[in-house]
Amino acid sequence: MTSRRLLDAEALGRTVRRLAHEIVENTDGGRDVVLVGMLTRGYPLAQRLAEAIARIEGVSVPVGRLDIGLYRDDLAHRNDLPSIRPSDIPVSIDGKTVVLVDDVLYTGRSVRAALDALMDFGRPARVRLAVLVDRGHRELPIRPDFVGKNVPTSPRESVEVRLAEVDGEDGVYVVEQEVAVGP
Amino acid sequence: MTSILIRGGRIFDPATGVDAVGDVFVTDGRIAALGTPPAETADVVVEAEGCLVLPGFVDLHAHLREPGFEQKGTIATETEAALRGGFTTVCAMPNTEPPPDSAPQVADLLERFRRDARVRVLPVGCITRGRQGRALAELAELAAAGCVAFSDDGSPVADARLMRRAMELAADLGVPLSEHCDEPALSRGGVMNEGALSERLGLPGAPASAEVAAIARNIALAEETGARLHIAHVSTARGVELIADAKARGIPVTAEVTPSHLFLTEEAVWGPGSEPAYDTNARINPPLRSEADRRALIEGLEAGVIDAIATDHAPHAAEDKACEFDRAAPGISCFETAVGTLWTQIARGELRLATVVRALTAGPASAFALGHRVPGIGTLTVGGAADVVVVDPSVAWRVDPSAFASKGKNTPLAGCELVGRVRAVIAGGVLWKEEASLHAGRAARSR
Amino acid sequence: MARSTAPQTAPAVPATQARWTRKDLLDTEGLRREEVELILSTADAMAEIRRRPVGKVAALRGVTVATLFYEQSTRTRASFEVAAKALGADVVNLTAAGSSVEKGESLIDTVRTLESIGVDILVMRHPSAGAPAVAAKHASMSLINGGDGMHAHPTQALLDLYTMRKHLGSLAGRRVVIVGDILHSRVARSNLWLLLGEGAHVVFCGPATLLPRHLIRSLEGTPNFHWSTDLEAAISGADVVMALRLQKERQEHGLIPSVRDYVRRYQVNAERLAKANPGVLVMHPGPMNEGIEISPEVAHGLQSLVEEQVANGVAVRMAVLYLLAGARAR
Repeated sequence: MTSRRLLDAEALGRTVRRLAHEIVENTDGGRDVVLVGMLTRGYPLAQRLAEAIARIEGVSVPVGRLDIGLYRDDLAHRNDLPSIRPSDIPVSIDGKTVVLVDDVLYTGRSVRAALDALMDFGRPARVRLAVLVDRGHRELPIRPDFVGKNVPTSPRESVEVRLAEVDGEDGVYVVEQEVAVGP
Repeated sequence: MTSILIRGGRIFDPATGVDAVGDVFVTDGRIAALGTPPAETADVVVEAEGCLVLPGFVDLHAHLREPGFEQKGTIATETEAALRGGFTTVCAMPNTEPPPDSAPQVADLLERFRRDARVRVLPVGCITRGRQGRALAELAELAAAGCVAFSDDGSPVADARLMRRAMELAADLGVPLSEHCDEPALSRGGVMNEGALSERLGLPGAPASAEVAAIARNIALAEETGARLHIAHVSTARGVELIADAKARGIPVTAEVTPSHLFLTEEAVWGPGSEPAYDTNARINPPLRSEADRRALIEGLEAGVIDAIATDHAPHAAEDKACEFDRAAPGISCFETAVGTLWTQIARGELRLATVVRALTAGPASAFALGHRVPGIGTLTVGGAADVVVVDPSVAWRVDPSAFASKGKNTPLAGCELVGRVRAVIAGGVLWKEEASLHAGRAARSR
Repeated sequence: MARSTAPQTAPAVPATQARWTRKDLLDTEGLRREEVELILSTADAMAEIRRRPVGKVAALRGVTVATLFYEQSTRTRASFEVAAKALGADVVNLTAAGSSVEKGESLIDTVRTLESIGVDILVMRHPSAGAPAVAAKHASMSLINGGDGMHAHPTQALLDLYTMRKHLGSLAGRRVVIVGDILHSRVARSNLWLLLGEGAHVVFCGPATLLPRHLIRSLEGTPNFHWSTDLEAAISGADVVMALRLQKERQEHGLIPSVRDYVRRYQVNAERLAKANPGVLVMHPGPMNEGIEISPEVAHGLQSLVEEQVANGVAVRMAVLYLLAGARAR
């Protein structure tokens, strides 16, 4: 397994701040916005975005977290059953602009599940999608509204976002799985 | 009749004290020569080098199921199983339908035995009519018809007064009563030994006291009446003590133990895994008991308190066992594993060879006084009945119930590796030999 | 792209989470700590779903859950049914009465038939201990023991533990007194194994004829296990008191001299609870005989968690169904 670093801690911080600016600009200064982070790493990212928006606009944007495990379409195909954690969205999302936040956008299936999950909490006026990294290879007609960094990848590669809150450090890596060599 | 030579085996007979390598020559259904090679040539030769050559085994307690329960077993299938297990004489328990509670029923049984049995079968008659425990069967008539003992096995005679009357009559007839000692008021509903394991598994338990109380009662009755009381399948440590005490006081009591109770404990209900299996094949009556009880049974056998090893062979159809534990029929198909478990215990040093062989031969023959009917039974004597077993004491093999001759595949030992196997049997002068294919087990021995 | 020369550590593989590998849930005895944790943390997520306006998800869409009850039960069966439906599963309910079972069909034939119909998870209640284990051996579908004879009732014990944890946090060192007909209680047994695993002190309390004397003897030397025939003594210092249902036929069978005698010595009432720790929690697996094993004022008092137990039961059963369905998918 080989890996290369795409973003270091500083670059990751800059990217989050830029995303926050874009969200503010496109949501009338963050009015009626609810940030909903998808577990695991979308949630701390959403919290960081909220902090950045507070610094930029002086508004406090509510942050929720969403577990999509029970909405996945691949329960029957996975080898590792996703462990399920409670979701928590502290305000009503009815009529709000929900910005879904995730670390990596890949096939789009997680976002599809997140949209389903979100609808069980209420009826938002609109839903936007913010991701730190878009690595391509979409399998569903889903596109992000706010992208930190576009990273072309091969299917053999994976993108790993590391966040201090979860992983003890900040950084984004592309990891290439080595092909097993026969004996 | 063909003449048979068993060559070069270790002839071992506790009754006569013989223990020597030599030949056994059988002709005309009798043992013609013992020890020294005969002058004549035999029609068939069985090479017995490395094997034990023993008197044919005598089983005081087996269920052949015919008539009435042919889906579980028939006289033909179960005596074939007995033969392969080394049992050349089998006492058939009377819990058939109809049960042998009258002379015509016994005559019918004898005719069936004569027609279908592969080994000598002796009938045990009922104590009470229909085994109902209410009115005595006509014991004198049953004795005259050929019953070697009386028993209501499986249904203990609960009424103490009725049991006392039965003993008075049996004493007069000189016929032993083989009693399943169990106090139903205590054991009712119990499906395994009462103990920590039954309480963990949530299964209703049958306490040891149910057997102990019944043994004590029956010994007291035997003492008063002079009847010959045979305690069937004793299973508890305290039961062994009571029997020892009765014998010490000269009361005419004998006792048997099953290979299952000697080899297994209640843990067999749980099974080998980390989660309980509720193995219905380990359901047996009396239940498999604790390790302390098992040790006491071994000691009792070694000390001569227990006279006989009896199989309580109890074949069942698959559907009788493929069900909830408490609905499963009790019993183990035992004929074809008895030698395997007993010789495994000899190999482990738990039992002595002489003890086991005596308890399979002379012990049971004397408990039911069978020598009066079959001269030489339970021993190897020149001129005696040609009942001979050849046991390979060291071959390892794996229990595969599907290979049983018995219709009953019900054993908790399936897949278990045992040491010791019957190689050949002469029953009434007729030879059965294990097929060569089964010698696959030889490889395991040289592991 | 050239690889950077700066020293880089490859991202660590995320900490492996406990995985559910069992086909069946038959008992709490033998459940590993991490399996218990996984069930309870999953139950947390399920409880959150139950609080949402919609209250259900489609995670088990296409999964068929059958309940097969050979014994009367309203609560447990309803709880499983609601749990399965909240996860989007299809549910089939069968009772022994009025089915082929009553016509003499064997347990194993019934189980095989249900499997052929396409049942994925079978919840079974049966009066014979071990019946679910026997059924599980003969079927490839998943079995959940919904109570078997005097043996086990694992989901009840798990929901009890979940409820206790919500109020007490860790149970280590806490004193849990289980009062009543322990001998015949699958709830007491399943709770015992779980609670000992949690480090709680477990006290079995009841009349001598209703205690599992051999099991108790075999547990002597287990530091956290205690027993008593004296409820006043047992209840002193208790953090949780769990009353068990007294079946009225115990009197008919001579196991207690009379219900009146039982009430006098073993009813959980306010006077006795006063001897427990302040804030003692009162539980009951239901259905309650109010006025017999528990006084009405205690059954419905502030310390009673009885209704909460029922609500938590749905979340815990959702967790179990979800984990078993996931293990089946593999």
